[in-house]
Amino acid sequence: MSTYTAPLKDMQFAIAEFSGIEGITALPGCSEVNADLVEAVLAEAGRFAQGVLDPLNRSGDKQGARWHDGSVNAPDGFAEAYRQFTAAGWNGLAASQEYGGQGLPHCLALPLQEMWNSANMAFCLCPMLTTGVQEALTHHGSRELLDLYMPKLVSGEWTGTMNLTEPQAGSDLSAVRTAAAPESGHYRIRGTKIFITWGEHDMAENIVHLVLARLPGAPEGVKGISMFLVPKYLVNADGSRGARNDIRCVSIEHKLGIHGSPTCVLAYGDRAGAIGHLVGEANRGLEYMFTMMNHARLGVGMEGVGIAERAYQHALEYARTRVQGRAIGQRAGDRVTIIHHPDVRRMLMTMRARIEAMRALGYLAAGELDRAKRHPDAEARGRHQARLDLLTPVVKGWCTELAVEVASLGVQIHGGMGFIEETGAAQYLRDARITTIYEGTTGIQANDLIGRKVGAEQGATALALVAAMRELDAALAAVGAPFASMRSELSRAVDALEVATRWLVDHYRAEPEAAAAVAVPYLKLFGTVAGGWLMARAALAAASRREAPGADRAFLDAKLVTARFYLEHLLPEAAALSATVTRGAPSTLALQPEAF
Amino acid sequence: MKVLVTVKRVIDPYVKVRVKSDGTGVETANVKMAMNPFCEIAVEQAVRMKEAGIVTEIVAVSVGVQQCQETLRTAMAMGADRGILVETTADVQPLGVAKLVKAIIDREQPKLVIMGKQAIDDDSNQAGQMVSALLGWPQSAFTSAIAVNGDSADVTREIDGGLEKLTIRLPAVVTTDLRLNEPRYVTLPNIMKAKKKPLEVLKPEALGVDIAPRLKTLKVEEPPKRSAGVKVADVAELVAKLKNEARVI
Repeated sequence: MSTYTAPLKDMQFAIAEFSGIEGITALPGCSEVNADLVEAVLAEAGRFAQGVLDPLNRSGDKQGARWHDGSVNAPDGFAEAYRQFTAAGWNGLAASQEYGGQGLPHCLALPLQEMWNSANMAFCLCPMLTTGVQEALTHHGSRELLDLYMPKLVSGEWTGTMNLTEPQAGSDLSAVRTAAAPESGHYRIRGTKIFITWGEHDMAENIVHLVLARLPGAPEGVKGISMFLVPKYLVNADGSRGARNDIRCVSIEHKLGIHGSPTCVLAYGDRAGAIGHLVGEANRGLEYMFTMMNHARLGVGMEGVGIAERAYQHALEYARTRVQGRAIGQRAGDRVTIIHHPDVRRMLMTMRARIEAMRALGYLAAGELDRAKRHPDAEARGRHQARLDLLTPVVKGWCTELAVEVASLGVQIHGGMGFIEETGAAQYLRDARITTIYEGTTGIQANDLIGRKVGAEQGATALALVAAMRELDAALAAVGAPFASMRSELSRAVDALEVATRWLVDHYRAEPEAAAAVAVPYLKLFGTVAGGWLMARAALAAASRREAPGADRAFLDAKLVTARFYLEHLLPEAAALSATVTRGAPSTLALQPEAF
Repeated sequence: MKVLVTVKRVIDPYVKVRVKSDGTGVETANVKMAMNPFCEIAVEQAVRMKEAGIVTEIVAVSVGVQQCQETLRTAMAMGADRGILVETTADVQPLGVAKLVKAIIDREQPKLVIMGKQAIDDDSNQAGQMVSALLGWPQSAFTSAIAVNGDSADVTREIDGGLEKLTIRLPAVVTTDLRLNEPRYVTLPNIMKAKKKPLEVLKPEALGVDIAPRLKTLKVEEPPKRSAGVKVADVAELVAKLKNEARVI
């Protein structure tokens, strides 16, 4: 079994180059955020992930969360790990200092999420959702709700959940039926919610549910949904815990992966009705949910990066120790470890290059998020917000799709040993599989990308990014020969992205069905090309950094090779994806539903 | 009472150590560094004693390159109140370290000095004993338990034959063994606070200490690779091999 080691060097590199740490230090409230702090925080978080969370990953998967009579027990060791996690203050990293958090920027929070996910994805879903609830309350909750709930959500004494899905309302939330009836000073909530991650457990003394429900007489569809805060235990005016609310965990799901995380069916209001409080204004619940959803989508993208990194480390360890066959062309002599076989190296390089590109894109988005939130200039905030909005579905959709591929390669490197559970490689594939589904499937992300992000604004932000990608060409040309092939690959790929983007802009309104039919290939194209652009930037940065005295040449040279592999081996996929976007719609839709 | 703890910056225990190709030492450039685990135990002990109300101030001291400041910041994030770095790029050997630490002790006048029993890089296991000898203070090396009672301390030492319980007069030097405690994980708020704690940087010359090396390293090389084992037919063959080939009996 391998042990998780946080990839600190690559994380620091990506934070510096793609989040742009220097620009972030200059933002209001970030003066303490510099390379030293990043290094210290990453190092300690890495120790925690390795020492506390990683050892519980396998046992949590095997044992799973357990339901009995309405209660749920987290796997053995999780409650103690959660106590340590909150005691160490990790829960409040990005939360406002007003409520006991550290107010640190997302360019630090996101890499930490990556680490927690690498070490133990099932565990870290719980604090991730708590952060989401903090986010939604901060933006839309009343002062009274904030004062009552935020301190304990920030400290982690209480955890949070998002309650959207109902049996008939999955991706289509307009079908939500859970009802909220006004009573003096609060509401009574009645209905059933499913797929509630960490909806019931024994790790914290209270659970704060954010629930989408309809008020009497609310308009049909998504415009009639309101958001309610419904605690497991009612909270007294002095902040102490009161009586048990009318919420019951009816069962937990049996799943393909993330066994350590209970996925709950919650019944609200079997008796008198669960007491809840309206968050913000009536009928704006879905809009509010999306404030935290967009943020959560970046988080799920980091789950993809995290699980892919862990699968890579696991496969690498195996490839370094498993002896099988002789090196190619050798008929005699010692047998070698499988890392000597070219196809195993190809798989390892593919995993590594994909992960580094995914990390680069995720951390770039984190830097955009910090600037969109904190930049003193409103126009700049708007520009960064537009960039972030564009990148969010790509980070979510592309990084998670690749995570499944990377985790699958991890199994492949193990051969037959990967298909049996004993080696642990299969868990990463099983755990990765949910990431392309929850918080909006890849299809939903792609529709968001082509619709709200590209189509609605005639591709303005997307084409501006394409132009930014082209600006790199001069820098690559200046370096000359060693970068010649990278330069031509990137140039071809950016052309492919531009062609596909313009096709979408032209067809989005006239032929919405055709555009939707090629939305996912477009999302993958976007991610693939953005990844190539960032890996080329990484290569340039590595080439210039390696000349500095005391430079870490082993790391920087490996970065150069990995970038070249990405551009020469993976980026050429862009041409095929672009062709699919511009030509693939008719054959996707030609066969009518009844002909299947 | 005031406690002084020493912390050494070493290669992270999880990193695979590589010997430099020229045989002059091990590769440390661009290798992840961390606080020596036995020094972590020393800091943890001091912090626990402070939390118990026995200790009022913890001073962390390190000797070495500028980056040792990071190690001192970690000590301060664990709970030390301030740090002192004796900054030098020279190869400081145990006697040099001991003299520097003594010079700081003369200045700071702590009632207790807690040091790691050894550092995981050179495994010398000398500095603590030397500090005690230079000061003429009692010492308790390889300590697995400590209880302070006014002007003395009851200590348990891990020795070859088992556990040795002693009472030592204070001030004294204590070096830590693995079982003294389990160091805590550093918390995020404390990392932030540690950035603001005072850290003084001194040069060895300012302390008037001669740290010139007394020992010379001739060569550093990888341990020989283990070769494959052999199966023996019976006990008699095993004994014969141990006698004639291994020559251990």
